[in-house]
Amino acid sequence: MLSDFLHMGGYAGYVWGSFGLTAAVLLINLVGAKRQFKQRLAFVRRRMAAEDKT
Amino acid sequence: MWKSFHQFASPPHFYRLAGYLIPWFGVAALILILVGTYGGLVLAPADYQQGDGFRIIYVHVPSATMSLAAYTLMATAAGIGLIWRIKLAHAVAAAAAPIGASFTFLALATGSLWGKPMWGTWWAWDARLTSELILLFLFLGYMSLRAANDDTGKADRASGLLAVVGVVNVPIIHYSVEWWNSLHQGATIIKLGEPAITGDMLWPLLTMMVGFGCYFATVLMIRARSQVLQRERNSRWLKDL
Repeated sequence: MLSDFLHMGGYAGYVWGSFGLTAAVLLINLVGAKRQFKQRLAFVRRRMAAEDKT
Repeated sequence: MWKSFHQFASPPHFYRLAGYLIPWFGVAALILILVGTYGGLVLAPADYQQGDGFRIIYVHVPSATMSLAAYTLMATAAGIGLIWRIKLAHAVAAAAAPIGASFTFLALATGSLWGKPMWGTWWAWDARLTSELILLFLFLGYMSLRAANDDTGKADRASGLLAVVGVVNVPIIHYSVEWWNSLHQGATIIKLGEPAITGDMLWPLLTMMVGFGCYFATVLMIRARSQVLQRERNSRWLKDL
């Protein structure tokens, strides 16, 4: 049953390749966007804190 | 109406609203994509011609649809930014580009993985495939025009113009399978009359498409917030964050 499912009627490489690639690209995009946001927010906060001191 | 439009276009208001919406769209995207994947890989019956190979449709079609939706949104936002000089619109356009490029890459790559077993080739210089490849170049061109300009205002104008001109490619991609003799199959869902697909196969596809839409909205808002932070780095309202 499970091996049938994984075999995908002989199209395993194509089907799993497509789904795997899609999952990877969507995840990388999400993680990259979040990381960029955190960096910029930290930058703005540092800057505002530095301004408050002067 | 006019007042609320301006309020929406104000960066602090947009920043807060997006911050509130992001988790909702994110959770919706996760649930819909998981349910759609299960439906597409497990519950949907195998195709009578393509067997289990047709299941690539569940990632290919949502990616291709979202690549066009992302470009249309980017070009519309850039146009609004150019005409009414609304900086937030340029911020949204700039945020859409990398996600749109990713969807376009996925549409091409999963199409290639589908084309090899069904057509016997990874690639053909066919109208649908070529116009989608041009879409990728438009996204990449937009992004490199922005990267090449240190001045945000200049980057907005140059890249915005490219985005608006490039929108002619969107209907070309959509109708390419009707206008030219194409290796690519015709429309399945968006056409006159009933969709050419059975309900068992259709609902996971629609679920995936809505899920990809929610995913796009999620990442778009995260990226647009980053854009706002960078553009507004000298503004006082950021102190209240």
